[in-house]
Order: sequence, then C-alpha cells, then structure tokens
Amino acid sequence: MKAHTLSVLVENKAGVLSRVSGLFSRRGFNIESLAVGICEEPDMSRITIVCIGDDAQIEQVMKQLNKLIDVVKVSDITENERVERELALIKVSADPGSGRAEVMQLATIFRAQIIDVGAKTVTLSVAGDTEKIEALEKLLRQYGVKELVRTGKIAMLRGAKTVKSAK
Amino acid sequence: MKTGARILVEGLQREGVETIFGYPGGVVLPIYDELYDSSLRHILVRHEQAAAHAADGFARASGRVGVCLATSGPGACNLVTGIATAYMDSVPIVAITGQVPTSLLGNDAFQESDITGITLPITKHNYLVKRTEDLGHVLREAFYIAGTGRKGPVLIDIPKDVSTKPIEYEFPEAEPVTLRGYQPTIRGHAKQIDKAIELIFEAERPLIYAGGGVISSDASAELLALVETLGIPITTTLMGLGAVPCDHPLNLGMLGMHGTRSANYAVTESDLLIAIGARFDDRVTGKLDTFASQAKIIHIDIDPAEIGKNKKVDIPIVGDTKSVLQDMLVKIQKKKAYDMWLSRIRGWKEKHPPSYRRDGVLRPQFVVEQLSELLKGEGIIVSEVGQNQMWTAQYFCFRKPRTWITSGGLGTMGYGFPAAMGAHFACPDQVVFDIAGDGSFQMNIQELSTVATNNIPVKVAILNNRFLGMVRQWQELFHDRRYSFTELPPVDFVKVANAYGVDGIKVESVDDVVPALKAAIGTDGPFVLDFRVEREENVFPMVPAGAAINEMIGGNYE
Repeated sequence: MKAHTLSVLVENKAGVLSRVSGLFSRRGFNIESLAVGICEEPDMSRITIVCIGDDAQIEQVMKQLNKLIDVVKVSDITENERVERELALIKVSADPGSGRAEVMQLATIFRAQIIDVGAKTVTLSVAGDTEKIEALEKLLRQYGVKELVRTGKIAMLRGAKTVKSAK
Repeated sequence: MKTGARILVEGLQREGVETIFGYPGGVVLPIYDELYDSSLRHILVRHEQAAAHAADGFARASGRVGVCLATSGPGACNLVTGIATAYMDSVPIVAITGQVPTSLLGNDAFQESDITGITLPITKHNYLVKRTEDLGHVLREAFYIAGTGRKGPVLIDIPKDVSTKPIEYEFPEAEPVTLRGYQPTIRGHAKQIDKAIELIFEAERPLIYAGGGVISSDASAELLALVETLGIPITTTLMGLGAVPCDHPLNLGMLGMHGTRSANYAVTESDLLIAIGARFDDRVTGKLDTFASQAKIIHIDIDPAEIGKNKKVDIPIVGDTKSVLQDMLVKIQKKKAYDMWLSRIRGWKEKHPPSYRRDGVLRPQFVVEQLSELLKGEGIIVSEVGQNQMWTAQYFCFRKPRTWITSGGLGTMGYGFPAAMGAHFACPDQVVFDIAGDGSFQMNIQELSTVATNNIPVKVAILNNRFLGMVRQWQELFHDRRYSFTELPPVDFVKVANAYGVDGIKVESVDDVVPALKAAIGTDGPFVLDFRVEREENVFPMVPAGAAINEMIGGNYE
C-alpha cells in the first residue's frame, strides 16, 4: 500500500467531478486528496488525485476512471520525475509579545507569507510539497493553530513530458 | 421550427427505433403529445419498472438498443431497478426521463428527483439536457455509447421546457460519433493473440469458459468454430447459455454455484482456462483462490477493467470477443489431441447427469424439461430469478444465442414477465415463455393488463410452490429450516389472469403438464400456466457460498 499521484484529464462538463469522486466511494477506493481546475486545453479540466492502495487496486482505479465517458486521460505519475505543490492557509494564535515574533521567524524560514495579521492571530500562506507543509504545521501547533485550509496536491511531470489527451 | 419533443421523436426514428415502452406523466406531456400521431409504436406498461425491463428484454433478444420513457420523480425512480439490471448484464438501453423545467431544477419542485445523480453508478453514461439545441446530438451519442464497446444503459433527462421550446433544427448528416474520452478497443493485440495460441498448444487440460460477452458481441459462430477447431471442451456461465448448443459433445453446460459437476470439476483440474466475455463473478468462482488454481488463464474481454479484477491473468486480450476470436481462428493451423482429458470429462458427464426424483410427483424440473422437448430449441425463454431461473438454466436445452434471457448480475425478481414482453416485440414470430416463480411473478403481475390490452402472446409458466423458493432452500440448508418470511399464501393465478382478460390453466399432475404446455403454445394470445409443483424441491447440485466449486452438494438421484 502506498500513495499514488494520478493526473486525470476530464471533459469540463457538469457533474464530472461527482462522477469521478463517486466512483472512488462506491468502489471502496481511498482518496487522500483531490484538486481540480481548468487547464491549458479548452473545455477540459485537470484533476490531481492522491490515493492509497496496492498496485492491483490502483490499476483497478485507473481502469474504472478510464471507463467514464468524460475522462479523457488517466496517468499514474507516481514513478515519474515530477514537481508537486500544495497550498495551505494557516491561522495561528500569536499574541504580541507571546510567540508572534517566533511565528514570523518560522514563516521566513519556510518561505511562507504572512497574509493577514489580527490582534491575536497571524495567518500564513505556504506553498510546497506535502512534507514541507506538514513540517510547518507541526511547528506551529505549539502556538495554537486556530484554522487550517489545504488545497490538495497538484503535480506535473518534469521536463518536456506532459499528460495530454489521445487516450 | 421544431420543439424538443419533435426532435426527440424524430431522432429516435432516425436511430431505427420502432417500439418504445413507457408511462406518461406531467413533464413528459409534450413528448406524449408528439407520440400521439407518430408512427413510433408506444407500449403503455402498468409500472415504469416494466418499461425498463421490456426495453432490456427487447435489447437482449434483438441485439439492438431498447428504449423506455418515463416522467420525472416517481416515474424516473421506478426505472431505477430496470436500469441497474441492464447495467449489471451490459444490456444496451436508452432510458428517457422527463424533468421539471430548468427554472425549477434543484428547488424540490413537484415530482422532481435528481435522476442523473441517482443513476450515476448504474448507467454507462447519463445526460441532463439543458438546451433544446443539444438534444439531437445527445440522443445520437446516447445510442452510440449504449450500443458499442461494453454495452450498457444510458439515461437522458429532459426538462419540460427543453421539450416544449421550438428551435430551427435540422438533423446533421449521419456522421460517426467521436468522443475524446470513449474509444473502445475492438481489435485484440496481435502479439497477445499469438501468445494465447502458444499457451493453448502447450496445455494438456484446456477449458473454455464463455460468458455473456459472447452473446452480446454475436460471437457464437466464432466460439463454436474455436471449440471445434481446437477440440477443447467448453463451459458457459448463466449468461453464456445458448452460445453453443447445449447438446454439443464438448459442452459441459453451466459452471458455478448451480453448475454441472463435470463443468466445476473440469475447471478445478484444468491447466489452462480460456475466459471469453466472462467476468469471474462470485457465483461462478466460489472461493476465489481455489478457482482454476492449477490453470494458467487467458482472458478475452472488451472491458479492460474486467481483466485482473478478481483473478490474476496470464494472457490478457482486450477486444471485442467476435473480432478476437476471428483473429485467433485465422492463426490456428493445427489441432492437438486431448484424449486423456476428454475421456476424464466424459466420465464425469456420464456419472453426473442433471438428475431429480422421477417419482410421479409434479416437480418443477419436469415442467422445464417437457417445455424444452416441445420447443426443440425454438422460441425465447425468459426467466424470473431464483429457483425457477436455475432449473431453467439446468433443464432447458438452449441451442441458439439470444434465446435465453435472464437477470444474471443483479438477480432482479419481477424481471422476466416484462422482459418477455420486450422480447416479443424483438422477435414477433417466436413463441416467448416466461418461466416464473409465484414470488417473482407477483412483482410485476400488473403487466397482465399490458399483455391483455395489446394481445402480446407471452406465455407465463409459473412454478408455483408457495415459497420464495431459493431463500427457503438456503433456510433449509443453512438456517435449520427456520422459514422466516418465505412462505407465500396460495394464489389462484388463473383467476387473476382471467380478471385481466388472460386465459390460463391450473396444472396439478404430471400427466397434465404436456397438454397444458401445448395449449399455451397453441394459443394466439397471452397465457398463464399455474403449475402446482412440489413445494420443498431444491436446486442441486449446489456449491455452498464461500466453498470451492468442486465441493458440491446434492443432485444424485438414480
């Protein structure tokens, strides 16, 4: 069992997301994260799915996804050289004088941005791979994480290779 | 100018549709108005579920796409069981539903239900058409998707304003449908086919295991040619019955839970299993790790997702079974003798023929056997689900494809009678029998009205044991005969039939079986036969759930 990153190219049609996510739940596959948005091809969207399973399960996931009429291309890019990013917004308790300076220092170290400062909180925006975000979150926990929002991972192959149509 | 309703009806006719099964209602009024003076034949059922099953029965008997029509909300929801039945058995139907006007969508309007959401997991694809302009090409896509690749049901949901709106519309010239996300593989990979043939000639104890995919791709002739060219024995699934003649010397009959002993023993001892258009269903395999555990496996299937889903496969071949078998036949130049293997199989066949007690008691197997004798492989046999279905599979000799119609995957009680109506419209010259149980028949008994009104000459043979027989059998065998809610009160089905205007006969003795069957066959219209059979008869042999398929119980009566 390991995490696989799937890049799925779909027709940009109503209901396509529920077709994809519904398939996971009804066939008992586990989704770790799912990120979706429009892409370079008109009328299409790209979904990045992280799911956990053994090789046979992932093969079944991909085959079942491929059967959906609105799914144009499914690629498992887990074994490929790739770049990955995830975005998180983290609201941290930070009273002036008790930890605020340390939180801001951590932000600098992790190349996170301070995007909002309140009387008792600061909000950080951090982008990176999953490990980096989890590391920062762990460090911030001692100050009190009041709210955390994550986008789910998006990924892309390195170099000239792409995940394109022609299924 | 054409309204959406006009475009729909014209579009159906352009797809070659002659008969549809449906039930009117509020939001489909514009469509029904269009049907009023259309040449499209509409059969009014008495429950929408029957419309879906009838479209399915039509599709299975004809090989063409069946069509059903229902209104929004309850009408659409009543189609669901029929759509799920078609989905599980890969049957091409197009289900058309009315929907509340687009302005009311999502408002919990009167008779609104999210039918595209509800049918998402039980359709090959579905559409909610929001613009009249899209209706024509959606219809074309729907028929294309339903009837190609691994076939299946497609639903089109049409809001009322979409069917009333008039637009300027001309149907485009028939050009092939192209969809970026749907390009089924038809031809099998040549190298994989070569490897498969190599494996076949290495094997000492090969066995073909063929399923419904052979029927749906009309590959029976190719399959029979393969069996005879190679001299390899064959077993079929429930869905594959009729793909090769039942009395062919190399045919071992059905395998699986209620399969023949020879088929199940052969699977267990085979060293090469050639799966063709079959999907290793749990009712076939029993305990998976002991299923064909000595065998290498070749798997030919149109759906790549079926390959390796349940069982690891040595040679996968993705493609349409007909095309793959044609390619194989061209490449097979020699023949190998499997004398030892065939004589071992013959031994099993001789030692374990299908058998039941022939003691003068009216037993259900006898009824099926006599019907099989009378029809001599002619006619279309539809069944309900349960013991009636298994006895028909075991004792009716199917000789041709598309003459056996049954709900295999979903196991839908109430399927048979309306599916038989559909089969009649596909093959009006054939006698159509629904072999039923008293439980199943009562699930769509209201269709007696449909067959009476339209004089649809379907014959219903009820194996009436006043039990939900298959469940009772499991209670007898595995629950200490505690017959929890499986006993049904006596029903006089002849009187019920008469009340609807359908003739019928009650049969209580062995001697009356053949005359009654002849009377039914000789009647021009519909007919109901109420066979009062032995109540606690069991379907044997049987593989208990979870056991290996060679661990069969029962079925030896000499």
